[in-house]
Amino acid sequence: MEMYRSHIMICKGTGCSSSNSEQIAKNFEEELKKYNLDKEVMVERTGCFGLCSLGPVVIVYPEAAFYSQVKPEDVHEIVTEHLLKGRVVKRLLYHEAVEEGRLKSLNEVNFYKKQVRQVLRNCGVINPENIDEYIAFDGYKALTKVLTQMTPQEVIDTIKKSGLRGRGGAGFPTGVKWQFAANSKDDQKYVCCNADEGDPGAFMDRSVLEGDPHSVLEAMAIAGYAIGSNQGYVYVRAEYPIAVKRLKIAIGQARDYGLLGKNIMNTGFDFDIDIRLGAGAFVCGEETALMRSIEGKRGMPTPRPPFPAVKGLFGKPTILNNVETYANICQIILKGPEWFASIGTEKSKGTKIFALGGKINNTGLVEIPMGTTMREIIFDIGGGIPNGRKFKAAQTGGPSGGCIPTSKLDVPIDYDNLIALGSMMGSGGLIVMDDATCMVDIARFFLEFTVDESCGKCTPCREGIKRMLEILERICTGKGEEGDIEKLETLARNIKNSALCGLGQTAPNPVLSTLKYFRDEYEAHIKEKRCPAGVCQALLKFTIDEALCKGCGLCARNCPAGAISGKIKEPHKIDQSKCLKCGLCMSKCPFKAISKK
Amino acid sequence: MSEPNVNNGCRCGCDAGSKMDVQNSKLKEADEIIYKHKTQKGPLLSILNEFQDSFGYLPRAALEETSKVLDMPLAEIYGVATFYSRFTLKPRGEHTISVCLGTACYVKGAKDIFDELLKELKLDGSGETTDDGKFTLEATRCLGCCGLSPVMMIDGEVYGRLTPEKVPEILKKY
Repeated sequence: MEMYRSHIMICKGTGCSSSNSEQIAKNFEEELKKYNLDKEVMVERTGCFGLCSLGPVVIVYPEAAFYSQVKPEDVHEIVTEHLLKGRVVKRLLYHEAVEEGRLKSLNEVNFYKKQVRQVLRNCGVINPENIDEYIAFDGYKALTKVLTQMTPQEVIDTIKKSGLRGRGGAGFPTGVKWQFAANSKDDQKYVCCNADEGDPGAFMDRSVLEGDPHSVLEAMAIAGYAIGSNQGYVYVRAEYPIAVKRLKIAIGQARDYGLLGKNIMNTGFDFDIDIRLGAGAFVCGEETALMRSIEGKRGMPTPRPPFPAVKGLFGKPTILNNVETYANICQIILKGPEWFASIGTEKSKGTKIFALGGKINNTGLVEIPMGTTMREIIFDIGGGIPNGRKFKAAQTGGPSGGCIPTSKLDVPIDYDNLIALGSMMGSGGLIVMDDATCMVDIARFFLEFTVDESCGKCTPCREGIKRMLEILERICTGKGEEGDIEKLETLARNIKNSALCGLGQTAPNPVLSTLKYFRDEYEAHIKEKRCPAGVCQALLKFTIDEALCKGCGLCARNCPAGAISGKIKEPHKIDQSKCLKCGLCMSKCPFKAISKK
Repeated sequence: MSEPNVNNGCRCGCDAGSKMDVQNSKLKEADEIIYKHKTQKGPLLSILNEFQDSFGYLPRAALEETSKVLDMPLAEIYGVATFYSRFTLKPRGEHTISVCLGTACYVKGAKDIFDELLKELKLDGSGETTDDGKFTLEATRCLGCCGLSPVMMIDGEVYGRLTPEKVPEILKKY
């Protein structure tokens, strides 16, 4: 094996790829060759480092120099200065990673300090397109242990004992699910992986597939052994081209190595995995809908029971777990269930990945032990709210979840606490909102999403959510009536109790949770016809500050409704009865004299 | 689905004949795709996905061929084709612009970007194509680049940290 004195890790996740990290990698290879360093320094294309807002990210080892927002033209300087002369290029270092001229190790950087990277352990460390690197980091060791030293029941008992719960949203105990499927007697069973990450704002599953695809394949094989199945399917979104490509490469390499296919490691155990592409339907994240989709049908949910563990894909017993759930399995087998259970809270064990997004400084992926507070995630790891604005709410669980207000920031995060707060874990999207976000508008946004994505099979979801959306649209355009809030609550309760699947049952959550914590905003919209956050266009009032207006007339010339009048060099006025509230005047005013309220 | 049907194309000597050749080569490609997946369990979605990738939409002739080969009613195929948002039954513009309206982008003003595109391209809504056939505009769910929000994607190329002012400049590149 070749020895290298330095390794250059270049993030090739979707975020960094879209800001041209491939060009950076190519430039590195060229420059290294030019300076005859290509035998000494290795260029490695890795998965996501998590700190997407600073992409493209390049880390040079052994110093662990964290270069952020690198441009292809910066490569020359890094090669000649850092790799040739040994001088770190300070200009390009992530500002948090330097302290008094000294390089901090990554563990000291605020973004990483409180994280426990278990599931993401290999992301950003190995080349996901090379199975040897995965094997070098204990890859396929868990499968070996399971096939040679454990009975299927011992595997299930281990997972049960670890307390692992499904990371896809609902938090069902994984071991129990496996037990059900193992108990079903049938000659054919299936192992499915849900990689149809449709929850807007969540991208941890994609990152795991892009950065460490073998960890999921290995875990699926272990699940196959545990329940007595020889065929697995990964159902992945077609919108994730990089993840699909790496999965295909990984499956191919695992087959070549005899780690998938017939008679794995000469133990007589057969297991193979195929990929099925989704085609853009959020409801296919629901387990029965996903199985219909793999069967090539419309992705519509079916009533349970029968549960998939009894009658699932192609009518056969099936288990379905989420990508992140699978990515936990190998560690549990290798390090033991006690180790896993020692992390987290009483009822939620292990770690959880959150995708930080929205109005927050450090957007990206973070993995924290269960029980960490929202405050730690947003302010310590996420670096707080940009532009000096105030935190208003954090949204978890996507369209099925809810908003968590300032007063609840110190609640330790786990499955049960989030449900008690009126939200849910969901797949782990965490969108931060500042005081310029209107909570009624956010509720409307989520309902628009669910109305769009409802499959139309059951009436509560198809009709009920639509009615709720209509009421919200009315409120947002200033046509809200007394009694609308109560109507929303009644509808929400009925839909929750009667919808067929998880999509419908949880769809009212964004409305209920915003009503719970931000009822005053709804009331302001309905009673005072006012949007406190200044978002709902129809409720805004544009005014010209006479002290700031220089009377240039630019606003009046641009106003499409002719609502602005005034003499040149004198303060202008807006005729509110004519104003269309388009906001054009405000964007045109060179003196920032126009404000909206 | 108003496209000419290849099976009874025009024989009168008008230029529909040359169009037929194009259609026939498409049909051959469609056949290859269908037979590639035919043996797998539940092949329909895989076939439609590949049609969408190869042709840019789902041509009626290809769906009819699928119906014949799989021995499945065309109505059922139509049902599946219209269920999933990735599939389109109409040809698309030369370039597809997908604006992310996921939560992270929405909170950061993705709607302003979308409105700006509607204005620039003189379109009325999502899923429409410009008169010159150059651009198809669509709103899409999370593209997973929340770190760069708000984002849009033109033919697979992601543009991040957008403002409405940047939009016309980007469109000029195409």
